[in-house]
Amino acid sequence: MTKAQHFEWLLSLADDALILGQRLSEWCGHAPALEEDIALSNVALDLIGQSRAILTHAGLLEGEGRDEDRLAFFRSDREYRNLLLVELPNGHFGDTIARQFFFDQFAMIRYGHLAQQTFDLEIAAIATKALKEVRYHAAHSADWMIRLGDGTNVSKTRIQESVDRLWPYIGECFEAHPILDAAITSGAMPDCKSIELTWKESVSAVLAEATLILPTDNWKQVGGRNGLHTEHLSYLLAEMQAVPRLHPDAKW
Amino acid sequence: MVTDPVAEVTRCLYDVMDPEIPFLNVMEMGMVREVVQDGDVIVIRITPTYSGCPATDVIAEDVLAAAKVIYPNSRTEIVRTPAWTTDWIGEEARLKMEKHGIAPPNGQSADKAFLLGKGRITPCPRCKSTDTHLVSAFGSTACKAHFKCNACREPFDHFKCI
Repeated sequence: MTKAQHFEWLLSLADDALILGQRLSEWCGHAPALEEDIALSNVALDLIGQSRAILTHAGLLEGEGRDEDRLAFFRSDREYRNLLLVELPNGHFGDTIARQFFFDQFAMIRYGHLAQQTFDLEIAAIATKALKEVRYHAAHSADWMIRLGDGTNVSKTRIQESVDRLWPYIGECFEAHPILDAAITSGAMPDCKSIELTWKESVSAVLAEATLILPTDNWKQVGGRNGLHTEHLSYLLAEMQAVPRLHPDAKW
Repeated sequence: MVTDPVAEVTRCLYDVMDPEIPFLNVMEMGMVREVVQDGDVIVIRITPTYSGCPATDVIAEDVLAAAKVIYPNSRTEIVRTPAWTTDWIGEEARLKMEKHGIAPPNGQSADKAFLLGKGRITPCPRCKSTDTHLVSAFGSTACKAHFKCNACREPFDHFKCI
């Protein structure tokens, strides 16, 4: 893997966490119950913390003097490498929980591999820490899937709709990509198929307990890893980046 | 004149408190991994607790400020390996937590019982009853979960095992 590919790969890991963290933080003060408000904000904080560490590492690797803030606040949507799944609007609570459940299961498997690999030891250290946190996130979102799925008729219908609506965005998690291929060749990541199989196994188990139906694979929407995003990312970035861009030399 | 900067800087760190748990210092929290001398610089190696813990930056600043009073040529360094674990919190610190109404981390972090839904018993820090239940795995700070005692009905924080 060339240095440029390595940098790009790190951006994809950091951006998944950063964008989902920013999205989730929109729930702060708006969640259906106080405990959920605190839980979603805590998860958001963990994700943003993980992205900070990865961006700092990416900036040092690149060697052009860009720190975490520079990378987070001064890249445009086309330079972001996150999955489309994480930039989607929060929707209702069920939509947020379903997206979180799918992502947490993916992040848990991915961090599990990253913690073990020896290609990039800094990422292994960050992943070891992140894995401890993501296990809590995954337990929380899986618990909600079961509660909503195996709950009332209304909650079951609505969470199944959320699952179905998000499904076209899941394929991107396991989609081959030149940067990812380079990471796989370097031994930094296992192949996409094995991650997908592990993911499907754990997701199916939870959905079965939740009495929900796993949708069948059909068309999938991709583009995030190439910087081709939905319109939603631009609005998210505008909000996240407005202040640092207005006062680019401010220190706090 | 500072004769033994490593020892004196180390000693001063026992007065740097965790801003979120102000009765515990950074040494008791196991956040300071080591204090070493590198030429004429004193390096304090800190391990962050949670990736997103807003207190980490404040703690690093407080540690540096305290060290500089003793030895101006000090700096801090973030060490991520091995990852911080609640296993590094000492027995005395656990007792202090309990005294202040926070149920300390119980057992070893490697124990995944909690995540598998087979909750370990977390006794109430006030009435010591073992009849308690988890309200939410996410509490007032990143490191705590929210519990309630079924016996005395008091809600309390539990320092999560990680």
